Amino acid sequence: MARKISILIVDDEESVRDSLYNWFLEDGFRVECAENARKALTILESDQFDIILADIKMPGMDGLEMLRRIKSLKSDAIVIVMTAFATVDTAVKALKDGAYDYVTKPFDPDDLTHLIRNATKQISLTDENETLKKKVVSLENVEDLIGESDAMKDMLREVESVAQTNSSVIITGESGTGKELVARAIHANSPRKFFPFVSVHCGALTESLLESELFGHEKGAFTGAMYNRKGRFEMADSGSIFLDEIATISTKMQVELLRVLESKTFMRVGGNKEISSDFRVICATNKDLKSMVENGNFREDLYYRLNVVNIQIPPLRDRKEDIPLLVGYFIKKYCISMNKPLATIDPTAMKRLQEFNFPGNIRELENMIERAIVVGDGKKISLKDLPLEKTIINSSAESLDDFEKAFVLQILNKYSWNISRTAKALKVDRVTLYHKIKKYDLKPSDQ
Amino acid sequence: MSLPNITLISFGYFEKDLLENTADAVKNEFRCSVNIKEGHVDLSEFFDQSRRQYNGNSLLKLVDSMSFPDSLKTLGLFNVDLFIPILTFIFGQAFLGGRSGIASLYRFNNERYGMTGDNQFLLDRFKKEVIHELGHTFGLIHCHNQTCVMRSSTYVEDIDQKNLQLCSNCREEIGI
Repeated sequence: MARKISILIVDDEESVRDSLYNWFLEDGFRVECAENARKALTILESDQFDIILADIKMPGMDGLEMLRRIKSLKSDAIVIVMTAFATVDTAVKALKDGAYDYVTKPFDPDDLTHLIRNATKQISLTDENETLKKKVVSLENVEDLIGESDAMKDMLREVESVAQTNSSVIITGESGTGKELVARAIHANSPRKFFPFVSVHCGALTESLLESELFGHEKGAFTGAMYNRKGRFEMADSGSIFLDEIATISTKMQVELLRVLESKTFMRVGGNKEISSDFRVICATNKDLKSMVENGNFREDLYYRLNVVNIQIPPLRDRKEDIPLLVGYFIKKYCISMNKPLATIDPTAMKRLQEFNFPGNIRELENMIERAIVVGDGKKISLKDLPLEKTIINSSAESLDDFEKAFVLQILNKYSWNISRTAKALKVDRVTLYHKIKKYDLKPSDQ
Repeated sequence: MSLPNITLISFGYFEKDLLENTADAVKNEFRCSVNIKEGHVDLSEFFDQSRRQYNGNSLLKLVDSMSFPDSLKTLGLFNVDLFIPILTFIFGQAFLGGRSGIASLYRFNNERYGMTGDNQFLLDRFKKEVIHELGHTFGLIHCHNQTCVMRSSTYVEDIDQKNLQLCSNCREEIGI
């Protein structure tokens, strides 16, 4: 149900206040009156009103001054100014100072009804907009970052605090750790959240393409430039630009980028007009930029300009306790997208996943789960659905004995503990195989 | 239990049929007894020279000051052009949840809008306005139901669109 709209009437004439008070009361609004601007401002300190209907000519502080003060406190306040002495100058002045509308006393009942109806529509649209924005933001946050581990919690705290600032950020982390997700989370929690988040994969573009992509180009700037095109910096105005794989950009682009970051102005390729854009830069790399600077492969000045805040994403192997949560999240995600009933995972398969080192990090885990849902029986993900066998030995074995133990167990499992077939596959005799089983205390339950 | 009493008090010339018809409509709608009285007041005291209209606020206060011990609500009926300081005109007004209101016949005549006079329209509009203002005295605010008599009307054709009756919600609100 729509909430009750409130109106504050500010007029030095009692008869005007009373008339409007009764009129709005009959319309079902919450109404209060103030006989001068000072009293109105005092009321507004402790109470909020959706619409303020104020006379311009009042003794003491006039309506225009009051309008300016109200707007400085609450820029979205709907203030309608009234006057008995209509002049174009005053009307223009009031509207320039942020008045919602301007009316001349006395007004036609129909005009008053329309005026308030329009203001009410505006209020409900603003309310609706706010509600939708909150919903969008909460959805974005839910989607974003999964993890309950201490390493993840620390990183989320950093994201939260840096999001509120305007500082440049470099996100470092191994491939597949979710650097773009962190960048999106920074943007989604920042005051720029309602403006664009523009993502550029620097590593995927040649120098000339990257230049045109970032700065845009004018028609005819190069062969094939048939139309003017906005660059990513221009598109990111008021929002954030995410430069992924920043370490791959050429020395020439590093100079260009530094200039843009310092001046927040640039020209399109083939253009001569300076364009300004207010954007926040978030970069990501899986390289060690500091050593690239030391080796002379990355400009030091650009490095310091970008590296105001550094957020490091821990690799998945350093936060294995998050694996069950991530597995559950990806199972749900892919079962829903493939329109399948929600699958479960065999505890043995989960245990094995938690032992795995995931050199490809979350991306690798995600691909594994997606594959398992495609190839599996659709009810339960078991070890055989996961492509872990070939790599498990390499990633977890720390000695020759560990390696042998894991390898023998893997082949035993592959042949369902059929001794003859396993011995044949291992090219050993049955006695040797029994000896190994005894030596490593292997059991069929050790999967 | 005796029915609540409503007094309609006319100021200036009104046809007897119109007053009786209006009283019947009020009686049917609010299920109460209705008295018709004549008020004798010099309306020139309420005339505003600069606007060439009659001050609705002052007339409402006048009606409110008239005490009828046997009457629950009192509505002053006029045949003059009413205004309040902030609006160019009003059809009537009342104290919300109070005991009095006013309504004027003046702007309901088709001839004022360059059309042929129609007594039925005049009567219907007046009855709706009287019930509307009495509804306010019973504490009803403007209703969003398109046909309810409590819907806000700012011009005569708007009044023609609504019914003479309160909607079920408004009825329930005041317990009739």
